[in-house]
Amino acid sequence: MISFERVSKRYEGGHDALRDVSFEIGADELVFLTGHSGAGKTTLLRLVMLLEQPTRGRVLVAGRDLSRITRRAIPAHRREVGVVFQNHRLLFDRSVFDNVALPLYIAGYDHREIGKRVRAALDKVGLLRQERAMPVTLSGGEQQRVGIARAVVGRPPVLLADEPTGNLDPALSAEIMTLFEDFSRVGVTVLIASHDLALISRLRHRIITLREGRLVGAPA
Amino acid sequence: MAARPAARRDGARVQRTRLSHRMSAWVRHHRLSAADSLRRVLERPAASLLTWLVVGIALALPVTLALSLDNLRALGGRVDTQAQLSVFLNPAVDTAEGKALAAELGARPAIAGATFRSREDALAEFRARAGFSDVLGGLEDNPLPHLLLLVPREPARSAALAEELSALVAVDEVVLDLAWLERLQRLTALGRRLVLVAALLLAAGVLLVLGNTIRLAVEGRREEIEVTRLVGASDAFVRRPFLYSGLWYGIGGGAVAAILVAGMFAALRRPVAQLAAAYGADWRLAGLGLVDAFGLVLAGGALGLIAAWLAVGRHLRLDPGG
Ligand SMILES: Nc1ncnc2c1ncn2[C@@H]1O[C@H](COP(=O)(O)OP(=O)(O)OP(=O)(O)O)[C@@H](O)[C@H]1O
Ligand SMILES: [Mg+2]
Repeated sequence: MISFERVSKRYEGGHDALRDVSFEIGADELVFLTGHSGAGKTTLLRLVMLLEQPTRGRVLVAGRDLSRITRRAIPAHRREVGVVFQNHRLLFDRSVFDNVALPLYIAGYDHREIGKRVRAALDKVGLLRQERAMPVTLSGGEQQRVGIARAVVGRPPVLLADEPTGNLDPALSAEIMTLFEDFSRVGVTVLIASHDLALISRLRHRIITLREGRLVGAPA
Repeated sequence: MAARPAARRDGARVQRTRLSHRMSAWVRHHRLSAADSLRRVLERPAASLLTWLVVGIALALPVTLALSLDNLRALGGRVDTQAQLSVFLNPAVDTAEGKALAAELGARPAIAGATFRSREDALAEFRARAGFSDVLGGLEDNPLPHLLLLVPREPARSAALAEELSALVAVDEVVLDLAWLERLQRLTALGRRLVLVAALLLAAGVLLVLGNTIRLAVEGRREEIEVTRLVGASDAFVRRPFLYSGLWYGIGGGAVAAILVAGMFAALRRPVAQLAAAYGADWRLAGLGLVDAFGLVLAGGALGLIAAWLAVGRHLRLDPGG
């Protein structure tokens, strides 16, 4: 579903964030992406959502070469990739419901369909009762779950998460990881960047490790 | 083979529903954007009113100038159509010859009408005018020549006609006192150019004012724009609400301009009519028509759209990835 073919990314300052990275993730997989701070995890995720272009190599999602996607077609690609951001990136001037509804509103669903899907997503993350609440009134963990609901509400085939448990306590972190496992079980390809080695090594999924932009374990 | 047409029909139906789904989504977003933008404009009535007034005054100025010019041109046009050539005949020409010449000239295609005024008539008219009788009373001979009054069919060709006529032996002099008219026409031509320049400058000013207003709105919703782009909004989707904001500001400004101009001309109508009456003219000030007012509102809306397009486009270009 996601494949990297000898991908390198050099930022404008000359820093090599990714070096010759190749891997493949199957459609029904849940994969953890780990590595020290600055190893290139966020960069890798940004390549998948077309926020950056690789300097060398190819990134394919669902068999499509991302370098072939024109600027006009980027929005359609992003609707196929749900993203949970490390800092939630919720809009604080609107309710939980409206935050989660945003991707559906963009995709042009009608009122009734939006209502149904948003409630289903909020139910999944256990926030159905807070649909009218404003994000500021929610705890960090609840905000993170609103972010997850927004990422999955459009039922994208690919789900990315950047440090989704970054500042949550262990119990809450485990709960959120269980949520991601549920999505993986229904066929969503999930890629989660995380520092939390203790947690992810317990979960028995494939782990991709980056060190200074290189894949650990890959031939040098 | 038999299944094929059915399959094709099914395919067509899927295509059609997908298209109609996209169409209704598009219409829905237009409706939502229009309503949301209008709500945002009305939510801050003081600021919006100020924008409308600035745009309205800027649009009203060139329109007022243009209307004034139109009125001047109309005035000139009326004089123009009454333009006359005064043809003074040679003193050797007698009354019968003069009448014959009038008939001959009157039959020419370039001349709409020719009247013969005998020197006796002219003298009698002068005598009748206060002040002249004393001066003329002392004269033994009638110093006035016979006169032909000609109305040219094409006022624009009066000068050429005058030249042609003055070449005739029977003609002493042709007077075409249209110099002031020409001056008026030159002035109105210059005026029209000035109006055009003023209109362009003020339209640029409106674009800047509205562009800046929209730019501020874009800045204020930066985070929202970024997040919507991250979750798959197209440029058109991002642009749409701001285009509507520009449209509302522009339409409001155009309406203010129409009201200002209509009010101004309505207030001037009576004094101008009284002034014209004092000169014995039946001439009325032409104001802003309904069609013009509508055009002004449309022009305001168009400027608003362009301003918003440029302002949002600049933001989208500066921040291409989202
Ligand atoms: N826009 C950018 N321009 C230049 N350099 C960048 C940019 N973004 C990231 N980098 C550099 O690329 C390297 C990899 O960054 P990245 O954000 O991918 O790391 P990370 O693994 O996500 O780290 P963390 O765990 O701290 O989030 C870092 O050294 C960073 O300084
Ligand atoms: Mg990171």
